[in-house]
Amino acid sequence: MDFVNAIILLLNYIFVPALAYGSQLALGAIFVTLIYGILRFANFATGDMMSFGTMVAILFTWYFQSLGINLGVLPTALLAIPFAILFMIFYMLTIDKFVFSYYRMKKSPPVMLAMVSIGVMFVTQAVVRIIIGPFDRRFFDGERFILKANEFKEMTGLNEGLTIKSTQVLTIIITIIVVSILFWFLNQTKTGKSMRAYSDNEDLALLSGIDPKRVVMITWMIAGILATIGGVLYGLDKSFKPFTYFNNMLPIFAAAIVGGIGNPFGAFLGGYVIAFSEIFLTYAYKKFFMYILPESMEPDSLIQLLSTDYKFAVSFSILVIVLLFRPSGIFKGKVL
Amino acid sequence: MKQYANVITAYIIMIFLIIMVGIFQSWAIALAILNFCLISAVMTMGANIQWGYAGLINFGIMGYTALGGLAAVLISVPPVREAWQVGGLSMLLCLVIIVLIVFSVRYVLKNFQKSKRKNIYIASIIIAGLIILRIVSGPAIHSIEAIEPAKTGFLGGLGLPIIFSWIAGAFFAGGLAYIIGKIALGLRADYLAIATLLISEIVISVIKHEDWLARGVKNVIGLKRPVPYEVNLQSEQWFIDLVAKWNSGKLNLISGAEEKQAALSQFVIEGSSVFVKLCYSGLFIIVVAILLIVTQKALYSPWGRMMRAIRDNEEAANAMGKNVVKQHLLIFILGSAIVGIAGAMMVTHDGLFTPGSYRPMRYTFLIWVMVIIGGSGNNFGAVLGGFAVWFLWIEAAPIALFLINLFTSGLADTNAFKLHLIESVPYFRFLMMGIGLLLIMRYRPKGILPEKINIK
Repeated sequence: MDFVNAIILLLNYIFVPALAYGSQLALGAIFVTLIYGILRFANFATGDMMSFGTMVAILFTWYFQSLGINLGVLPTALLAIPFAILFMIFYMLTIDKFVFSYYRMKKSPPVMLAMVSIGVMFVTQAVVRIIIGPFDRRFFDGERFILKANEFKEMTGLNEGLTIKSTQVLTIIITIIVVSILFWFLNQTKTGKSMRAYSDNEDLALLSGIDPKRVVMITWMIAGILATIGGVLYGLDKSFKPFTYFNNMLPIFAAAIVGGIGNPFGAFLGGYVIAFSEIFLTYAYKKFFMYILPESMEPDSLIQLLSTDYKFAVSFSILVIVLLFRPSGIFKGKVL
Repeated sequence: MKQYANVITAYIIMIFLIIMVGIFQSWAIALAILNFCLISAVMTMGANIQWGYAGLINFGIMGYTALGGLAAVLISVPPVREAWQVGGLSMLLCLVIIVLIVFSVRYVLKNFQKSKRKNIYIASIIIAGLIILRIVSGPAIHSIEAIEPAKTGFLGGLGLPIIFSWIAGAFFAGGLAYIIGKIALGLRADYLAIATLLISEIVISVIKHEDWLARGVKNVIGLKRPVPYEVNLQSEQWFIDLVAKWNSGKLNLISGAEEKQAALSQFVIEGSSVFVKLCYSGLFIIVVAILLIVTQKALYSPWGRMMRAIRDNEEAANAMGKNVVKQHLLIFILGSAIVGIAGAMMVTHDGLFTPGSYRPMRYTFLIWVMVIIGGSGNNFGAVLGGFAVWFLWIEAAPIALFLINLFTSGLADTNAFKLHLIESVPYFRFLMMGIGLLLIMRYRPKGILPEKINIK
């Protein structure tokens, strides 16, 4: 029985939260990796683009709520996502037209484009803060929990409860759907294949009649979809705050590089690698060992490998180690 | 002289703007802006050496700034004797253990063939070392942090004059840059940018959460100053005389003796804060001038020419027998050390060390905006970028307020849209920075004062 308790404990505090957090990171990481693979620069505006998409979704949510429209047990924000995506695609294409395309035509070095993306980051951040303010916003409505700790305890008669939030399940389901569609698109459709060809070898792709403008446009559209969905899911699960979104850029980059930048599947897994290692290394295992060890060997200390303050530092250290030993990432990068 | 015409014009405009602030707002504000402009100028010079001379992207400026600030604390705060008694020995032991780990890893790296076993050895040395460190340091940290946690709770520093920390800050930052450079300099440009950005976050989180070192987020306040205190100045006779002389025109207009005295004491209070800020400005100008002369000499020396050759064509420079890796490491350390000086200067100026305030937006990306706008590769451009961008950063709010009032003058004062805009005035600075950066990169990609190379 103690053993089952220990497993439930790990499920509750490590596995479920890490799976949800990892999915949110994975969507962002695929966004980074797509931009890197096709447009060939590190997009420092990632976090702020996600916060922009989320902001639009929140504004739509508020509008729907004021009209009295809701989805019952599901959050209203889900209804707002398609509208936010449309807006976001428009925003991405506008930015590309007025900012990035000029440097692409000039064939500027990637560093230059990265600098330009910092300018975009500043502007986007300012716009978000001017429109919605820098404060914490919660926009979740509907049923909060699928499984409450108490119910679970009553159901099974165990000591440990298992809490599953509806946002966590939503995050995981939506991520799986979006990522499957994306991989299907990249691997099976003609457009997806042309994108992969463009990413792999630009000159050869141009020679075989692939229209670069179309590829770039579709990339930005996919980026807009990923940014909005990833941002909204994160905001539903935790809360929306522009500064947090900006900071999330860092673990997202770590995930993209760990998975091998330019490789969407690697980025997808990279998100989970980062999330699981962050939570595994900073969890205090005292209670876990109390369950599985006999009483005489019970630990006194918290048995925590690293204090929770170093949560971010964990993912960055993983990144540094990966960069040192396998600069191309765990899965070979640069093959979209 | 003619080739310097645009440099001189740009600087005159900048000084004129600061003087305008002094006249229309107040001299204290103008001098505060000037001081931070000077600090920013030092930071941009550091970043410019790396980016402009060598083409290295360092997005870790925040980390070096914080290390410089840490140096200011560790140099100037008097040691906490009780803390040293209870935990000093263990912490020194930890230092020895860290050195041992480093040397044993180096030994393995040098003396073993490249194989899986070598990696396992290194990993096991590091893991074992970390466990020993935890065991040794755990109780010591606990007892150090228990000593008067509201006031000290850390080991304290050396109790030396804070001005030494400017040099120590350079060494701290340079040391960190050596480690990062060894690890990350082989990476491609954009990887290097991301890696340095993340490493600087690690540095900040260590400073924030290791309370025994510098109190972490509990902040260290009341650092010693290299300049007199306002309160002391206000009771000094020579200073009161000086203020009276300076303001004699205004004082003579006041008739009553009592009112004159009241006006004088008001002037003395105002004057003291201006005087203190002037002292800081003097110190900072000395640092900026020294760095400008040195970097300018270096730029036109054979070494500077070699750096430019490496930047423009690495392979060719390598083929000519220049050691690219070594030079990159060297310039990475030098630039970071200069940023470290700026970090120490900033903490000295503020008199407090607040690790929680180090954010990448303010300390990394803003500095980069300064370098790009000012003109990469040109020291005068970098300094000007520091001045102009910091000025705009501070004055953005008043400018934005003015513009909002101008454009919404048709709307009523209670209009929700207008009120919302006025409420969000502080965020217009990000907008201005972003638009400024984008415009400069589009229409003047080499910056306001572009790099000039005269072949003599």
